[in-house]
Amino acid sequence: MAIQTSSLELGSGTLVQAIPASASRGYWKSVARRLRRDPVTLVCAGTLILIVAAALAAPWLGLADPYKTSMLRRLYPLGSPNHILGTDELGRDMFSRLIYGGRLSLFMGVTPVLCALLIGGFLGITAGFLGGRVNMAIMRVMDVFYAFPSVLLAISLSGAMGAGTENTLLSLTLVFIPPICRVSESVTTQVRGFDFVDAARASGASTLTIVRVHVLGNVLGPILVYATSLISVAIILAAGLSFLGLGVKPPEPEWGLMLNTLRQAIYVNPVLAALPGVMIFITSICFNMMSDGLRAAMDVKA
Amino acid sequence: MDTLIPVDRGGPAQPLLLASGLQKHFPVGGGILGRGRKVVRAVDDLTLSVAKGETLGVVGESGCGKSTVARLLIRLLKPDRGTMVLDGDPVDEPHGITVNELRRNVQMVFQDSYASLNPRLTIGETLAFAPKAHGLPAAQARERVRDLLSKVGLDPNNYAERYPHELSGGQRQRVNIARALALRPRLVILDEAVSALDKSVEAQVLNMLVDLKEELGLTYVFISHDLNVVQYLSDRVLVMYLGKIVELGPVEAIYGDPQHPYTRALLSARPSMDPRKRTKEAPIQGDPPNPIDPPSGCRFRTRCPFAEDVCGRVEPILADTGRQSVACHIQVPGSGHSKAARTGVIAA
Amino acid sequence: MLLYALRRLIYLVPVALGVSLLVFALVHLAPGDPISAIVPPDAPKEVIDKLKEYYGFDKPLPVQYFRWLAVTLTGDLGNSIGTGRPVASEVASAFGNTIILAIAATTLAFTLAVILGTAAAYAKSRIVDRLVTLISLVGVSVPHFWLAIVLVIIFAVELGALPPMGMGPENSTGWRFDRAHLAHMVLPTIALSVIPLGVVTRTVRSTIKETLSMEFVTALQAKGMNDRQILRHVLKNAAPTCLAVMGLQAGNLIGGSILIETVFAWPGTGFLLNSAIFRRDLPILQGTTLVLAGFFMLLNLTVDVIQTMVDPRIKRG
Repeated sequence: MAIQTSSLELGSGTLVQAIPASASRGYWKSVARRLRRDPVTLVCAGTLILIVAAALAAPWLGLADPYKTSMLRRLYPLGSPNHILGTDELGRDMFSRLIYGGRLSLFMGVTPVLCALLIGGFLGITAGFLGGRVNMAIMRVMDVFYAFPSVLLAISLSGAMGAGTENTLLSLTLVFIPPICRVSESVTTQVRGFDFVDAARASGASTLTIVRVHVLGNVLGPILVYATSLISVAIILAAGLSFLGLGVKPPEPEWGLMLNTLRQAIYVNPVLAALPGVMIFITSICFNMMSDGLRAAMDVKA
Repeated sequence: MDTLIPVDRGGPAQPLLLASGLQKHFPVGGGILGRGRKVVRAVDDLTLSVAKGETLGVVGESGCGKSTVARLLIRLLKPDRGTMVLDGDPVDEPHGITVNELRRNVQMVFQDSYASLNPRLTIGETLAFAPKAHGLPAAQARERVRDLLSKVGLDPNNYAERYPHELSGGQRQRVNIARALALRPRLVILDEAVSALDKSVEAQVLNMLVDLKEELGLTYVFISHDLNVVQYLSDRVLVMYLGKIVELGPVEAIYGDPQHPYTRALLSARPSMDPRKRTKEAPIQGDPPNPIDPPSGCRFRTRCPFAEDVCGRVEPILADTGRQSVACHIQVPGSGHSKAARTGVIAA
Repeated sequence: MLLYALRRLIYLVPVALGVSLLVFALVHLAPGDPISAIVPPDAPKEVIDKLKEYYGFDKPLPVQYFRWLAVTLTGDLGNSIGTGRPVASEVASAFGNTIILAIAATTLAFTLAVILGTAAAYAKSRIVDRLVTLISLVGVSVPHFWLAIVLVIIFAVELGALPPMGMGPENSTGWRFDRAHLAHMVLPTIALSVIPLGVVTRTVRSTIKETLSMEFVTALQAKGMNDRQILRHVLKNAAPTCLAVMGLQAGNLIGGSILIETVFAWPGTGFLLNSAIFRRDLPILQGTTLVLAGFFMLLNLTVDVIQTMVDPRIKRG
């Protein structure tokens, strides 16, 4: 029984229907392009850049000394001369402290996520790709940490280790490693099951080459999206720890700590007392919106 | 480039690939620490040989273990038991060749054309991956890519920089075939390679496969559930059921004179355009049994209209019946089956 | 079903052991000698040595761990260094107070979330959808302890309508279902409910949207079913995922209530934890963490089992 068809002309490619080359070259470039067109993402990115830039450039912006106290000029309201946003309970300029506070608050939010991304991502990808005993060993350890709600884990760890910036960074990193590891493992396991990874294995390449060329490119996207969604949680958690007195120690300016020390002022100058929280809120919501935008940009197949 | 062309060592009489006693069981989850008490017996004591230059067709229902066999042959899965010999050299054994060397000779084309191409790499990068991983310098790899694309009928100037999502199913499958040819293998395993394509595209790709085989001196193992395609392409055919071979022989013998009840039922189930051609075969009864707990004795007996006591007690072995080999008690004289011949020697 | 639950319970044992190890290690993470938390630095040496022996701090670590584990499993969580009373009873009463708040907050959050999420998924106008998305985004992004302070400022300081802290009027102990106590509950409940509201609204909206786009809904419409009946089917389909997320949020809420409880001085486990940390009352710290973590694990297990019962697609193999 013969299959009725004309035989193919090889080498010319004329019988094969060609799709016109699309405008999108490269996956990441198309993601960037979509991000650039989304107004919400742009506004959030702009706001964040402003906050970060201000925080980084703080020493050179000609601001008042954030540590300089003054018993006379305490709790000045907003709009006072020389102090646009008033002064805090020890007479320090609020505007300056808010901007300087951004340095520590952002640092405490981003750094643990970054470290957790490196460690948790590495562990997760390894567990996902190798499978078997390695996978079980790593994931069971993560399960132990997962048995705690994140806030509880952070507080217990910080509570035990004591207050201070380094301890907070350590405990927050430990809190974020398990979720990032879990997401990395699940994504890697999924990609590992795809035929093209099998095809790469069948070609006889080394494991490292296969992971580098085939796995990482497909896995880093979702992991990064997840990690960016954790930044806002980290900022709030770090602020929360400082609020409880477990994080940054006074007199350092940090938004969460400021919320704590200004509590006594809520009867005197309530708006002032709420200001540091506004900064946390704005930063957190911008990061969340950008993470959502990133996810949306990466979701659409080019 | 010449260093990558494998050499014929054993001569024409030596089978290109010989697999003996392959077994692969998969543990099924459950139990503490993921160690299951149950296993899926995907492939059990399977022996096959592939002669140089032939096309061996493998047919069977979904779940019969065809894909597992494919992956075992290319060592994407390690068999629990069994040996493999490539052109006289044992595989993965002290005095033989390594699995890597096996892979330089044996390559595979997968079914799902989309999932088998990395969406983040261009076609050119995908095709160049294997040669580069084996040490081919970048410039020569590029040459190889152009060569491969032309061979499968895709214009290299147009397609090398494209991404998989920009291609149609048929084009992607051509790329998959090109990828399988990238290391100049001798044996290509095609696992349902055309099953997902439209009929007209399928025809084009099949004809291309035939031409490539002749041009490059390839040997094929063609796995499919489409009986017509297998008949068109194959020299010999192997019929599998639940992890075991039930019939094996030249294509004319299998399609002209099927002897195993399963083969006969499969072939007669093919719809014919001629309304006068009514099937006289007994249909296959019942549901496919669970590969976790296959029936004792002959695995097909639960659906076989001719099953008897002996079928449950004794497992039939593949016996030569003249033109083909069949694993069925009916075909073996003196086996105890009521339809088998009373006495006689099994034809050598 | 029972077998599945039992099997999952057995799975928990190694994890539970790991958790106990972690909690035990907490004490030893603390800087300095654990003893220094109990006695003043200038205590005579005999007193220190006696206390060391009493608490078992002089034995090697593994021995300490197993002693502690054995004692803990009998229900004896030690005594509070601050008050001398058994940890178990302190934690138990604090836990009760937290649960009261948790029930109120989750009821509020989940009810609102289901309504908003469903409305957003069904809404024809994009404004409703956008609004709900914004609400859930705010819920997830707002620092809830800051919101608590803002609520106190607005309702207690400026308006004087609601009390700023405490569980009940000045000299009452325990909780009762009366106007005064309910008034104390309003602000903490709202503050506590924002995060679960945000998360669950998003989940409800996205699962219902996904379900609506499935072909079986079109099939039901073709069969002539009216919208209300289809809604029942849609909710049933979306239920497993949403229930799982709700369970997780409830657990997080109970374990993470420390910030809100601190703002309102609500005498729950969070508040207990906070004061334990500052008094360096390590037995209370350990006991509270252990109880909360254990509760969280059991809650997750329950959610898993319920999900398996509700979602027939999950294999119970």
